[in-house]
Amino acid sequence: MRLSTFAAATCAGLAMAGGAFAQAESQEPIKLTMHDWTGQLLTTTIMGKVLAEAGYNVEYVQADYIAQFAGLKSGDLHVAMEIWETTGREAMDEAVGTGQVVNMGDTGMKAIEEWWYPAYMEEVCPGLPDWQALNDCAREFATPETAPMGRYLGGPVTWGGFDEERIEALGLDFEVVHAGTDAALFAELESAYQRKAPIVLWIYAPHWAPTKYEGSFVAFPPYTPECYEDPSVGINPNLAYDCGKPTGPIWKVAWSGLADTWPGAAKAVEAFTIGNEDMGAMVAAVDLEGKSLDEVSDAWLAENSSVWQGWIAD
Amino acid sequence: MTGLRDHLPGRNGWFWLALFAATWLLSRYSWDIYKAYDARWIIKYPSAYILPVEARISAFMRWLVEDAGFGLFSFRDVTRFISTLIEIPYDFMRDLLIDGFSSGLGNAAVQIAPPLSWIAIIVTLVAMGHYARDWKLAALIGACFLYLAVFGQWNSAMVTLASVLIAVPIGSVGGLLLGIMAYRSPLFERLLRPLLDLMQTVPVFAYLVPILFLFGFGPVAALVATIIYAMPPMVRVTIVALHGVPNETRDVGVMVGCTRRQMMWKVIVPSAAPTLMVGVNQVIMLSLNMVIIASMIGAGGLGFDVLSALRRLDIGGGIEAGLAIVVMAIALDRLSQAFASRNAQAYAPGRDRNLFQRHPWLATVLLVMICTYLLSHVSPVLQAYPDAATVSTGAFWSDFMGYINVHFFDVFETIKGALLSYLLLPVKRFFVGIPWPWGIMVMTLIGWRAGGLGLAALTGTLTALIAMVGLWDKAMITVYLCGVSVLIASAIGIPMGIMAAQNDTANRVVGSFIDTLQTLPSFVYLIPVVMLFRVGDFSAMIAVVLYAMAPAVRYAAHGIRSVDPQLVEAGLVSGCTPRQVLWRIKLPMAIPELLLGLNQTIMLALSMLVITALVGTRDLGQEVYIALTKANSGQGIVAGLAVAFIAIVADRILSATASRMRRKMGLEQ
Repeated sequence: MRLSTFAAATCAGLAMAGGAFAQAESQEPIKLTMHDWTGQLLTTTIMGKVLAEAGYNVEYVQADYIAQFAGLKSGDLHVAMEIWETTGREAMDEAVGTGQVVNMGDTGMKAIEEWWYPAYMEEVCPGLPDWQALNDCAREFATPETAPMGRYLGGPVTWGGFDEERIEALGLDFEVVHAGTDAALFAELESAYQRKAPIVLWIYAPHWAPTKYEGSFVAFPPYTPECYEDPSVGINPNLAYDCGKPTGPIWKVAWSGLADTWPGAAKAVEAFTIGNEDMGAMVAAVDLEGKSLDEVSDAWLAENSSVWQGWIAD
Repeated sequence: MTGLRDHLPGRNGWFWLALFAATWLLSRYSWDIYKAYDARWIIKYPSAYILPVEARISAFMRWLVEDAGFGLFSFRDVTRFISTLIEIPYDFMRDLLIDGFSSGLGNAAVQIAPPLSWIAIIVTLVAMGHYARDWKLAALIGACFLYLAVFGQWNSAMVTLASVLIAVPIGSVGGLLLGIMAYRSPLFERLLRPLLDLMQTVPVFAYLVPILFLFGFGPVAALVATIIYAMPPMVRVTIVALHGVPNETRDVGVMVGCTRRQMMWKVIVPSAAPTLMVGVNQVIMLSLNMVIIASMIGAGGLGFDVLSALRRLDIGGGIEAGLAIVVMAIALDRLSQAFASRNAQAYAPGRDRNLFQRHPWLATVLLVMICTYLLSHVSPVLQAYPDAATVSTGAFWSDFMGYINVHFFDVFETIKGALLSYLLLPVKRFFVGIPWPWGIMVMTLIGWRAGGLGLAALTGTLTALIAMVGLWDKAMITVYLCGVSVLIASAIGIPMGIMAAQNDTANRVVGSFIDTLQTLPSFVYLIPVVMLFRVGDFSAMIAVVLYAMAPAVRYAAHGIRSVDPQLVEAGLVSGCTPRQVLWRIKLPMAIPELLLGLNQTIMLALSMLVITALVGTRDLGQEVYIALTKANSGQGIVAGLAVAFIAIVADRILSATASRMRRKMGLEQ
């Protein structure tokens, strides 16, 4: 309660100061895109509130993660706060290549994607998290459809990830089953976790799942760019992809006209950074404790006022 | 009257048997033939000959969106203008129902007037219910909307209601106008029909990307997609309704000297009104079906709640928001049906009575609106339903799901194993093994047997096109999944329909069950199904069966009920037992209806397959979905058309068979 009052007070103070600062710039609303995962809603809400305090008009627009690039190119949409190196790179490069979209730098968060198993599997398969242990207990992970191979639940095919290639290169006795969406992915995890049933699947962070469920990522040989490009590098001299997945930054992108129309806002978007831990905690507060987006983002703004005031201070 | 069994081994029977045996043999040994003759083209359509339609369509769409123009303005300016036209009433509706009227932009906006209070909206709907029929309907509608308030779904529900209230009039009026044009010009009707087929069978996902490009981001693009999907039944109903106006009515119009325009709008359209309302009802239901998909591209509302709840695995939240859609669908469905069957009473407004006496409901509604508006300044409860008084059953559903999962998973696993190895996998192997040239030939033959040369040309061409765009394998997986699901849906649905036809209580229970299944967004049960059956074809099949069962039940019940009572009487007189009456008289006579039910089941199964791509299947649905996430319009449209072709082939063959059987039974000339 006290936190939000405090936040409101700072907001009011800043609105007065910042109002003058943004006076010379356009009063047209800046459109921020919202997708359907909580982390992105939080980064967008925080950015939106900071911009609002600097005196800008802000509008939130729901848009599809990939389809939004068409809107960003044409100037229908202005800012997208989370483009993951791991899933959005291709679309982002294509859009930036047209010159109508600019990369606003990374958000400070790192996307981690890897094979993940729940903690109770260490009893069944003591060698984990080392990847070589997976082969010894492939049978534990098998289901009637995949037996005698173990079953690895991969992400939707559109996520890429080279899991089939990795299994081939590392000689793992596993078969990849692709989930269609991440909702299906986590539904299976929830089901297996309730029954303490064996499962190994694709998990990414920042997300609420690693917070809610106890478990760890499998330790594959660390990723290097050469490992993906050059077959001779790594454990298997004949095949590429004989290592783990790359981690990568989460980028911010904007319409190229942003800096001309709202120069101060463009600077603030560029300056925005937040850490994986902060984000993980906030996502958990929303998805697991059932708090509202407003509540959680206000609390963060109140605690970190010195951080975000730097973004809009000129 | 000959039983089904008597004519199976006739010449017809042998033809089908031989065709099936040949197909089975070819499918079983296609791999060996390929190895023996080194002819890979037998199992795989040669990639060098794949038609480059995908790239062409993508290029065309790019041209349409970026370069196409008419001199002064571009094509995109036109679509953007349309989207502004739609946006104005939509914004007004949203302001009225939920956001409140304000001036200024973004967070600088100042509220001028609050939205209608929840009490005023409920009173309005209750008034409409009573006006359309009676107090019973009014109470039902009131209860439905009260549910939305009590379960905390009010705000999202009003967003959804706003888009329905815009999509339905546009869809209905647009459909009516197209229908009238088709009625006036047979040429236009012939051009329109294939277009309507495509609008109904191409999955919405396939054209979402171009729509986003053309109409911009946000609720309007979602509204346009909804209208495209929901309008075709209105056009069809309009054509039927206008043709159904009795000639006597028309003659009266001619006699009193109507002009062409007066004839249409003062004579024909009003006399067709009750049938036209059936079309409006369809538009409402289909608009609500689109809620989830529309929310994926920015419509918000209940659909978004369902999606985001399920992404958090908040199954209870998903079920509550899903049920809110069902409740709203029930209320709007009953209300529009009541308006459809309402008899316009001859009534002359008495000059001596005041406004309140002449229009009691209108006056009450206005009074309530004004009162709640004034009083809301005193007590905010009157403006918005208090959060503290909302109820949630979310925790119950999650716990229930957990209990089932922990205690019954092994049972489900056994059933699933048996079905997979004895039904799904053999059928899959059969379809996937069929060499594509033989497949095209078989479809041509079936078309020829069912409806003659014209149909043969159609089915053959469409099947060949699927192979030629390089989608044969995925199409066969689609056919397999859809086939198995339709089989199981019919095996469950037809007996349920028969039961409903024989017994009134069963009819009521089955009826409400089917209504719920059809309006509950499939996403709500997709995620629990994945929890119990894991990602894979089996989960997809269950979701498809649940969704596609409804027409099997409805048509079976309707078919049995509409058997000529004299035939049943004759059977009873000649000493048939009730069992014999059912098996020897009612069922054979209902076969044409059952075929139409089968037809609808296939259509629904195909439309659902696109949704099941969300849990992971490898069929055309997945192709469409991948195209959507990669924003590739060409790939999406090609795969969408392939789905539509399968649907059209199935539809034409079944309709031709049904009408041939009707003729044989003397039900139709």
